[in-house]
Amino acid sequence: MENFTPYLSLAGGLIIGISATILLTGGRIAGISGILGGLVPPVVSDLGWRVLFVLGLIGGAVLFPISGGDISYININPYNWSDNEHYIAMIIGGLLVGLGTNIGAGCTSGHGICGLGRLSARSLVATITFMVVAVITVFIIRTFLGA
Amino acid sequence: MNKVIALVSGILFGYGLALSGMLSPSKVVGFLDLTGNWDPSLAFVMGGGLMVTVIAFHFLLKRPHPLFGDKFYLPTRKDIDKRLVIGSALFGLGWAIGGLCPGPALSSLAYASPKIAVFCVAMVVGIFIGKKVFPASAS
Repeated sequence: MENFTPYLSLAGGLIIGISATILLTGGRIAGISGILGGLVPPVVSDLGWRVLFVLGLIGGAVLFPISGGDISYININPYNWSDNEHYIAMIIGGLLVGLGTNIGAGCTSGHGICGLGRLSARSLVATITFMVVAVITVFIIRTFLGA
Repeated sequence: MNKVIALVSGILFGYGLALSGMLSPSKVVGFLDLTGNWDPSLAFVMGGGLMVTVIAFHFLLKRPHPLFGDKFYLPTRKDIDKRLVIGSALFGLGWAIGGLCPGPALSSLAYASPKIAVFCVAMVVGIFIGKKVFPASAS
């Protein structure tokens, strides 16, 4: 557990919760897959706020190191795959995340933070499902495919 | 929808993700790796988020309309159907393979990594396929 960061992660989680609360004061749920989904053709009519939210999402990550935050912890290749393998994994992973969140109507933020925050039974089922499948998948990759 | 609210909320969300550790796929996979060198940090992200939303949403949603908007745009469905479970399972599979869920994937575009960009393009294609090939019934 040498990488355990309970305080930073808790602080980050509180900020994410505050962000979702602010968005709900405007009537909207902070489900990232849903917000992005509205920008994918066929697009919905209310593009402006979605574009601004996504730009803010990127801007917040830009501000983090500027404000003294440490981004050296970021390692995007957890299984130590070769470059080619990793590109293929990112394509497959991205496709599944996009397709799955579209069909399942949400992701970690929409179901996990906002849906559970509304005490939604659907979101509880969704969250348990993606957590369990992800744990099993990591086990299989670690055991048979990766480092 | 108030555009200032959306921008401020987005910036806070991106900053929170970076602070929490969610922008590192290796940390995400470390959290999912229960039988390996388990890193429970990300449970604290969800815990922190829920500590705020469970309480704040309770009071906000009691109102007939939002503080700064005409109406709430909330999911209306209550039933647990196959789409929900199959979609969530596919998402869990992709999340474990790439170590990225939609928020961190978009937010990480800030650090200009080509692999992140490839993931995001694939994610958009996946959403497009979902909309075109598996459209939700109008219920």
